[in-house]
Amino acid sequence: MFRDAALVAGKDLRIEARSRVAMNQVAPFAVLVLILFAFALDPDHGVLVKAAAGLYWVAVLFSSLLAVQRSFAVEAADSARDGLRLSGLDPAGIFLGKAGAVAAQLLALEVLLGVGIVAFYDTRLHGAALLIATAIVATIGLAAAGTVYGILAAGLRVRETLLPLLVLPAVAPVLLAATRAWEVALGQSADNGWRWVQLLGVFAVVYVAFGVLAFGPLMEES
Amino acid sequence: MPLAVRFRAAVSLLGRFPALAGVDLDVGMGEVVLVQGPNGAGKTTLLRACAGLVAVASGEASVLGHDLTRDRRAVRRRIGLLGHATFLYDDLTVADNVRFAVRAAGGSASGPELDAALARLQLDGRLRDVVVARLSAGQRRRVAVAALVARRPELWLLDEPHAGLDADGRNLLDALVVAAAADGAAVVVASHEVERAGAIAHRAVTMAGGQIHAASPGPPAAAREPASVS
Amino acid sequence: MTRRATNILGLVALALVGTTIGMGLALPRTVEQHEYSRMIAIHPPLAWASYVSFGVTALASALYLWPRTRSRFWDLVAGASAEISAVFTALTLVTGSIWGRPTWGVWWVWDARLTLTALMLALLLGYLALRRVPGDIGARGKRSAVVALASALVIPIDHFAVDWWTTLHQDSSIERAKDTLGGPFVAAMLVGFVAFTVLYAWLLVLRFRVEQLEDRYEVEGLDVALAARRAEALPLREPEVVA
Repeated sequence: MFRDAALVAGKDLRIEARSRVAMNQVAPFAVLVLILFAFALDPDHGVLVKAAAGLYWVAVLFSSLLAVQRSFAVEAADSARDGLRLSGLDPAGIFLGKAGAVAAQLLALEVLLGVGIVAFYDTRLHGAALLIATAIVATIGLAAAGTVYGILAAGLRVRETLLPLLVLPAVAPVLLAATRAWEVALGQSADNGWRWVQLLGVFAVVYVAFGVLAFGPLMEES
Repeated sequence: MPLAVRFRAAVSLLGRFPALAGVDLDVGMGEVVLVQGPNGAGKTTLLRACAGLVAVASGEASVLGHDLTRDRRAVRRRIGLLGHATFLYDDLTVADNVRFAVRAAGGSASGPELDAALARLQLDGRLRDVVVARLSAGQRRRVAVAALVARRPELWLLDEPHAGLDADGRNLLDALVVAAAADGAAVVVASHEVERAGAIAHRAVTMAGGQIHAASPGPPAAAREPASVS
Repeated sequence: MTRRATNILGLVALALVGTTIGMGLALPRTVEQHEYSRMIAIHPPLAWASYVSFGVTALASALYLWPRTRSRFWDLVAGASAEISAVFTALTLVTGSIWGRPTWGVWWVWDARLTLTALMLALLLGYLALRRVPGDIGARGKRSAVVALASALVIPIDHFAVDWWTTLHQDSSIERAKDTLGGPFVAAMLVGFVAFTVLYAWLLVLRFRVEQLEDRYEVEGLDVALAARRAEALPLREPEVVA
């Protein structure tokens, strides 16, 4: 399982290294979202600073949709499932590999967006440990959930429109929890940040376990 | 020795449409079988069912000794399917694609083995490190064949394998099929190019309406006598 | 369930819902909520029915995925229950809003329970959209069951998330609104719980039966399709010799 996961993750990251779709398209999109928020909310009245954590995670959420879509688009156009099934790879390995590659790309994007909110929103980063822990755990959850719904939608003609409808309600708690934790880390709230990290951890564990178990049946469904 | 393919009254559904409506087919190890028939006869579905991509809804179906109605996944590492789609990654190089296919099947793709597989399809040299997206349709087909050969499958499922290949590529493919069969691999070829595929087949069967109707003896041009069907 | 039994169930359901409405309208006005206090007869029971039907969908999906209990029956139950759940969930939100407007002064409050219900509706709509995607029945069943189960797993996490979030930002206004309501209110609400549960059961049977008929149509269609498929070969019956 882990050998197959490493193989798939390596392959997906190699494809990204060659095609640079995440770097040249998804990353600029995410930064653009941050800038558009600044247009929508008045930057002069401190709204942006207060809302920075939430805006940041909304941008990450939208980007994760694109990353997941891309992850399944590279699997030989419309026969995504066939190619993966014919390969003979272990489904749990494929899930972990694909989710791992998506998570790696999202983490890189999050660093970029972090710089973005410091630069554009005049945010001060306080609790580094809380910031980083939140980002890592939330990203694992986002990537795992996205990959589960990604394979589900991959073979369908309506995948582009169906995927957000399935993913966004499911990852709503990630947005909520990651935003609250970051508000603490950015000095905007005096809540207990670490309990949100724990909740994110539960979400990540649930979806990783679910994906490992469900990926086989989902790939064999036709 | 188990049969490579053993189907009895196998029915496969595409949605509500019974693409296979009760197929009986035996293919022995080391045997090359040509499946012919008009468009829509169910040839592609038959090959996809053999690869476990399409479920067998009723009847019996086993491949390389595995019951497909119970587990469709276990045998995939031992099967090679060359279909209408090439299942290649556009953004990876020729060598990367072949290497990934081999490793996915559980094999190791060390340098010399990989080079040998590429050389057999004349993909070494300049083409080796070219991204697949830049290749012509015929060249992509060659890469797909190279990936299949490098996996050393025990059952080859070829769906219109000659389509899109140039004369050179066709001869290479035919030679590979004959060599694989001589090594004991079973080959099922679905093709409209009856003369071309008939030349390498030990026997031919005709499909129509989702069933196999006529088993004809091997054409005179067959390279060798049919292998014994146990 | 026979047609007769279903009809009796339906009559009981309608009679109970009628009673609930009657009892609700007969409730006295309260000082804080005026006319709107009467909605207690239907709003909590609707919410209850929506949770029950969602739970049934999750349970039926789990039974469908479990190899030993896999049968079309559970897939159909899951689908039928989810449709009803979506209706009840939407009605819960609507009645909650109508109640909230005079009580809180706004149509919507980010109250923990309302937020959770809204998330549930979003999950249900995704699930139902997925069920509508045409394709192989078995594949659709498996796909939908996985999504239903994933949604059910997320609900407890959602619960904690919205609970912590709302207690952080506002005091619990609902608790205050639910002050000292007397006996008639409790009675009407309890009848409401029974009424909407029976109504749910009736709708489930009806919806399930429609799906079953659609299913039977497909299975009977299969024999016809098999015969038609085999007949395609007729002109080619003569054994062909390879050229």
